[in-house]
Amino acid sequence: MSASHDSDTLLLEDIIRPENLVFEKTACLTDNTLSYCPGCGHGTAHRILMEVVEEMGIQGQTIGIAPVGCSVLAYDFMNVDMQQAAHGRAPAVATGIKRVMPEKYVFTYQGDGDLAAIGTAETIHACNRGENITIIFINNGIYGMTGGQMAPTTLAGMRTSTSPFGRDTEMMGHPLRITEMVATLPGVCFATRQAVHTPAAVRKAKKAIQTAFELQRQRKGLSLVEIVSNCNSGWKMMPRKANDWMEENMFPFYPLGDIKK
Amino acid sequence: MAKARGAIVVDVEGCKGCDLCVGACPTHVIELSRKVNSKGYHFAYMEHPDACIGCAHCAMVCPDSVITVYRWKPAPKPREATTA
Repeated sequence: MSASHDSDTLLLEDIIRPENLVFEKTACLTDNTLSYCPGCGHGTAHRILMEVVEEMGIQGQTIGIAPVGCSVLAYDFMNVDMQQAAHGRAPAVATGIKRVMPEKYVFTYQGDGDLAAIGTAETIHACNRGENITIIFINNGIYGMTGGQMAPTTLAGMRTSTSPFGRDTEMMGHPLRITEMVATLPGVCFATRQAVHTPAAVRKAKKAIQTAFELQRQRKGLSLVEIVSNCNSGWKMMPRKANDWMEENMFPFYPLGDIKK
Repeated sequence: MAKARGAIVVDVEGCKGCDLCVGACPTHVIELSRKVNSKGYHFAYMEHPDACIGCAHCAMVCPDSVITVYRWKPAPKPREATTA
């Protein structure tokens, strides 16, 4: 960059220089192309999680648990030690790992079909025991990987492939607010709900993950970060439309913010 | 007053054309290309590069982390010029 340049005559080559770099992909993500659908919030959630790991300098001490669902492929993309778990059992596996290696940072990365359905028991009991782990819970209100079936978190009236006329709460029950539920347990030190659809929301969500890891370092108990996300393939919408729909319909039922801190 | 200038570099092969960066850009710099990458996605590119301020909003919402952001800031004016 020469001193004689002013902002109007600057060429792209003068801007694209290492000293002007303000953002690049974190080294804690692998070079593999993400297999998620275009516009899926999983990618952003992966990135902010790995940015926190990089900024805290704990890449070598972090162990992630990826269970079943779209999140199962996380070990291909997160450049930390990963372990796969049976469907819903990630908090149980994380409990074992953390108890054997208490100095490690252990997190689970689970979707709503995994954490809120088949894994409800494991989740609630890990929360109740106050295991010193972090749960990252991606809530998109649907089973994404298997073809958009109704999940426990599906909104009332929401159409899915197994509730084609909308979720009938009389027959199928009400959507489950997991984060509010576990916030009542004394073993949980931090429960928050975030989103990754706008730049401001992404920054806030990253901060929440940072807080969760910090609390794990201080051995305060279990921290749960719910990220309300889109599933544009499951919802059958374009990514931007899906984000708008999420703001209009998901946020009134799943309000963002810290539930317990 | 000289303004800050920015630029983005998109990893064309990794871009899936989800359009989220286009919606997040406050100065309407980014568009999806008419061309496609080897997977058939219309990738993002700078349609109006002069308007870019390097705020990195696009990179914040990019799910595939394919956007690298650069920002050039004008050197601050010498102190005596403003205080004299």
